[in-house]
Amino acid sequence: MTRTGFVIANLFRKRVRTILTLLSVIMAFLLFGLLQSVNTIFSAGADFVGATRLFVQARVSFTTALPLSMLPKLEAIPGVTRVAYQQWFGGVWLKTNTQLIMFALEPQRYHDVYPEWKMPEAQWQAFERTRTGLIVGRQLANQYGWKLGQRVPISSNIWPQKNGSKAWEFDLVGIFDGKDEDWQKRTNLAFMQQDYFEEANQFGIKGRTNFFILQLAAGANAEAISKTVDAMFENSPDETKTQTEKDFNISFVKQIGDIGLMVRWILFAVFFTLLLVVGNTMAQSVRERVPELAVLKTLGFSDRSVLGFVLAEAFVLVLAGGLVGMVLASLAGAMVEKATGGQFLLEVNGGVWFLGVAAIVLMSLAVGLLPALRARRLKIVDALAGH
Amino acid sequence: MRQAFAITGLSIRSIPERWAPSLVIVIGLAGVVAVFTALLAMAAGFESTLKSTGRHDVAVILRGGSDAELNSALDRDSSDLIKQEPGIRAGADGKPLASAELMVIAELVRKGDVKSGANITIRGVEPTAFALRPQLKIIAGRTFTPGLRELIVGRGVLAQFQGANVGQVVRMRGSEWTVVGEFTSGDSHDSELWTDANVARSTFGRLGSSSVLAALDGSGGLERLKAAIAADPRLSLDVLREDDYFSGQTKQFRLTIGVLAGVVTVIMGLGAVFAALNSMYAAVAARGKEIATLRALGFGGFPVVISVMIEALLLALGGAALGAVIAYLLFNNLSVSTLGQNFTQVVFSFKVTPELVVRGLVIALLIGMLGGLLPALRAARLPVTTSLRES
Repeated sequence: MTRTGFVIANLFRKRVRTILTLLSVIMAFLLFGLLQSVNTIFSAGADFVGATRLFVQARVSFTTALPLSMLPKLEAIPGVTRVAYQQWFGGVWLKTNTQLIMFALEPQRYHDVYPEWKMPEAQWQAFERTRTGLIVGRQLANQYGWKLGQRVPISSNIWPQKNGSKAWEFDLVGIFDGKDEDWQKRTNLAFMQQDYFEEANQFGIKGRTNFFILQLAAGANAEAISKTVDAMFENSPDETKTQTEKDFNISFVKQIGDIGLMVRWILFAVFFTLLLVVGNTMAQSVRERVPELAVLKTLGFSDRSVLGFVLAEAFVLVLAGGLVGMVLASLAGAMVEKATGGQFLLEVNGGVWFLGVAAIVLMSLAVGLLPALRARRLKIVDALAGH
Repeated sequence: MRQAFAITGLSIRSIPERWAPSLVIVIGLAGVVAVFTALLAMAAGFESTLKSTGRHDVAVILRGGSDAELNSALDRDSSDLIKQEPGIRAGADGKPLASAELMVIAELVRKGDVKSGANITIRGVEPTAFALRPQLKIIAGRTFTPGLRELIVGRGVLAQFQGANVGQVVRMRGSEWTVVGEFTSGDSHDSELWTDANVARSTFGRLGSSSVLAALDGSGGLERLKAAIAADPRLSLDVLREDDYFSGQTKQFRLTIGVLAGVVTVIMGLGAVFAALNSMYAAVAARGKEIATLRALGFGGFPVVISVMIEALLLALGGAALGAVIAYLLFNNLSVSTLGQNFTQVVFSFKVTPELVVRGLVIALLIGMLGGLLPALRAARLPVTTSLRES
């Protein structure tokens, strides 16, 4: 019998116990995979956004608008190549009463600043020409089954129209994709024309926006430009706060609260419990096999190889359970993603798998080491005599 | 029954000799119950903070279809009209007890953070606002002076965010505001900064208000107010009782946390069931000879089942109690904040309520029962002769 065979055979000596322990490990890693991917959404979601763009908002809060008259001043700053802007619309899709991430903007400027969105040029042109034009991301279009050329009524919970109606009529003139997988996941956005917004809103709001987005020249110093912008408008009612797109995204997500902290507490509880369960099983199985281990040593197996046997057993147990648990988590994540139409991305990605494998290694050491050391220290005479 | 008691007594007295597997059940369940209780304590804390904000005899009036104060805007004519409508109770001065309020947002930096700003509600109020919220008390400094750029700060804001302590200056839109006092209300206003409505209007370039808060006149007040507003062609408004307005805001959060707690508890619970099964099988195996001896002496199978079940349940109960204590010590009254309906931070504390503890106990007993049943049946079916012969 090979050594591997020996380890596996030992595991299946008490079949019920091994299977039950395995199931506990599977559950722990299923939870690990799911929670860790939730954590990823809230912590590193903005990682793929480069630092080539700056977000300018009102210093007091991005819910306070800035005047569009700032535009030429921003464009004149050295290192700024193009400036776009976007105004929050508060769009609501009435059929399901869900909030849309929808902005009013100037199409040409936005197109220039965001080359990451891929859409046929003809559709960009149609968006520029059509006053009531609307473009949406692929994900959003799929979710609500919107087709190109369709009329889409969207209401705004902030801006009624001049005629008092809350429902705005739009013509869907374009559907955009992301340039890669990361950007594709963010295609849950919708954009309308700033002109249509200014003409039709009841309050006669004109010439204002929530965000300016500055595109920087290659090699431009983002930090220095941020400071220049903020200094330019200091002590005016329209003081600004300028940060990279990435920093903006991070602070935006942070507003929800410290999800990461909560997830870490739960994972700590889960793994502490697991440590005890599996550790106890291993200790028990070594305790029961003391005479056997002594026989092995009598036959000439070194202390180190006996230690190896026990450690290998722990490792196989945790590895098998861990892998199955992580696969289950991946499947469950994919199911959640499908069930919510891509609205809630629960993806057990490479990073999560990497952490999972690290946890498997650490966990097998933690549960196997004590019993393994005990097996190594075993004195043949005492062990044989004790039974 | 007497047999069951006798065997149970025996098995419980022998737990210390088999402490390791028993400990697995206790710790496993403590983990499940602690996580479950902590998550739901968060939901309970959020809910209680928002619910206690709303009074039943006060109405919130927003622009139609705006859902939250943040999205709502009323011009000065509308808010003046609203105050004259029937159904609103008169205050001590004989005028309608109503406050037209302007909600705007400013960013403050969370304690322990360096730059990420979080949205904080700045509420511009009229003097009647204090009469409409008798629960609000100034606990340090003084209240703001109308017409001056002065703020009073809620206790929750002070607990979670920096830069708004009494005496400090907050910069907003190119002007300086002094924080002159601290207040507490025990509800979601604790997460706000208050100032004079007119000063807020001029600084933020807003002419009207976000909402009107009005004290209702008697039990039929709401209906009269609603009818009058619906009949006025100049007004298109939503009128809600304040308590309904605030409890409506907890739905989404409750749902999210409920789903999270459910999924985590089910998966962890399953893990704990498997661990408990393992431990109880081990316990039965360890006592195989003892059980066989009892059976040989004439004890029935049923008392054996009962004794194993009771042992599992007792261990589960111990675990649940431990878990509840851990959740209480670590999380009860822990102050945190999250985004509320107005896209601003709501500061609240975890609340480990007796109801949650009871629910945790029930879950633990359920797991204990599942984990004890199969091993108990195995124990009762052990063939007496083989067990006795085993070494």
